Amino acid sequence: MIRMPRVTLDLPAIEVTDLRKRYGPIDALAGLTMTVGRGEVFGFLGPNGAGKTTTVKLLLGLARPTSGSGKVLGAQLGDLATRRRIGYLPELFRYQPWLKAREVLTLHGELMGLARSRRRPAADEALQLVGLADRAGDIVGRFSKGMQQRLGLGTALLGDPALVILDEPTSALDPVGRVDVRGIVRAAADRGAAVFLNSHLLSEVEQVCDRVAIIDHGRVVASGDLDAVLGQAETVVRVSGLSAADLPAIERFGPPTLEGDVLTVRPMDEAGVPDLVAQLVSMGARIQEVRSGRSSLEQRFLELVARDRPPAGTPSADRLR
Amino acid sequence: MLTIAKLTIGEAARRRVLWVLVILAALAVSLTAWGVASLLDGARDRGLSDLEIKFAVSQVLILIAFMFGFVLVMTAAFFGSPAIATELENGIAQAMLARPLRRSSYLLGRWLGLSTVIVVYAAVSGLLAIGVVGVVSGYVPPDPILPVAYLAGQALVLLSLTVLLSTRLSPIAGGAIAVVAYGLAWIAGVLGKIGLALDSPSLVNVSDASRFLLPTDALWQGVVYGLEPSFVINAAEGEFVARTSPFFAASGPSPAILAWSVIWVALVLALGVAQLRRREL
Repeated sequence: MIRMPRVTLDLPAIEVTDLRKRYGPIDALAGLTMTVGRGEVFGFLGPNGAGKTTTVKLLLGLARPTSGSGKVLGAQLGDLATRRRIGYLPELFRYQPWLKAREVLTLHGELMGLARSRRRPAADEALQLVGLADRAGDIVGRFSKGMQQRLGLGTALLGDPALVILDEPTSALDPVGRVDVRGIVRAAADRGAAVFLNSHLLSEVEQVCDRVAIIDHGRVVASGDLDAVLGQAETVVRVSGLSAADLPAIERFGPPTLEGDVLTVRPMDEAGVPDLVAQLVSMGARIQEVRSGRSSLEQRFLELVARDRPPAGTPSADRLR
Repeated sequence: MLTIAKLTIGEAARRRVLWVLVILAALAVSLTAWGVASLLDGARDRGLSDLEIKFAVSQVLILIAFMFGFVLVMTAAFFGSPAIATELENGIAQAMLARPLRRSSYLLGRWLGLSTVIVVYAAVSGLLAIGVVGVVSGYVPPDPILPVAYLAGQALVLLSLTVLLSTRLSPIAGGAIAVVAYGLAWIAGVLGKIGLALDSPSLVNVSDASRFLLPTDALWQGVVYGLEPSFVINAAEGEFVARTSPFFAASGPSPAILAWSVIWVALVLALGVAQLRRREL
């Protein structure tokens, strides 16, 4: 996919240092440090209870940090005036059910300080953007969950905010809606907005984000460009007739490991796969399957998150058999 | 703040709350007119004097005001107790408070919107009831606006209390606490009157303390005083039974208690704002 060049201004959109939040005895955030640049789509990932929504609430000033500091669009966390330039779609999206869709958007336009003459056109632009232009005059209470989420996305994008914070933006959408949202998010970033995308859907993050941070137990466990977090490409070969003594002969492709009948060469450039296969065949090995590529974000996520956790249970008698 | 107040009034209109109130008020006024007309027929058949009839009508009016005041206070509790709590629970408030909207503007806007609905409802139905009774019976209280204002004041006191409770408690809990507090304040007012008649300082103290904590009963005395014809006040002045009745008042609320009622509402709202500011959303 060809991406437009990013608009990066000097000040980052989000910059937090050692942010901590305690709820009673529980550390919801245990020292979060991260930076999100202007014009970038930043994926914020983590299992349930990792501290994702808490982070969003601290960024918006809906909750106060126990310690640590942060800036959003150059202003201290919770600064009222800065919220004019932030759009937010909450995880629990709910809007006045007695209002019409356009009225919800003009209300938010008024709350964010848009000039009276700008409110209606801005509302109509946002409705158009999220595919609700033909439902502008309908009562929100009669909307499906997916339409309400589209409306929430519309309020988050209203008036071209400099920072868009989306908390699970596609949780209620069908596959078509998800594709639409990816396009909308990219378009917002291409206009220069920073997008902070809080999501469980790793494939969505993989397809749309420039950078990601993976958070667990209130801490960032990995962050950076998608390439850096996913790691390098590897080749996995299911093979028989190969022993540890044969490994030095294939080291020229990359560092090999052999576990049972699975040979893994990591890192390894995909271009070397035909030569590796020829080498193995010439050594008398019998090849069942060859896979090559990067680990998916899902695999990487599971690896990182599983590292901190105790095993799910002791092996049962069945598994030992 | 005005944005939220307008939104709140719009909500009452769209959710048909206003129409339900208008229909109920129309029913209540019609029933009052019919009741007073029947009372007059019966009284004239029995040959009661005009003074006696005037007394009877004023008493009926006070009883109607008591019922209407109770309905108004319950309406205020129903409006106020979910005002903040429900929008925080379902997330409507969070979406708005992530905008450059102060929490104080949000809370005061909700209060102002609901207050407007309650005051308009009280004024229209209260004055209409007094007017209809005036047309049917010829009796109009000395200053008809004053009792209606006190009725609305009572409701605003309770609305403020429920809005405060709504920043921390569920709608059911907040509403229940407010209605029980209102009932207790009313009973404390009755005890205070008995205390005055019996010269019992402790009963009077209980009543004074209760008015300090929740000034609704003081305002109720204003309603009663405002609906009484002056000859009733003069005649009942020394009577023990009259002096202890919650449906008789020898004088209206003092300027001091009126000032306190205004300060009380301001303090309760300030406390509500402080609670909401402290709350983690």
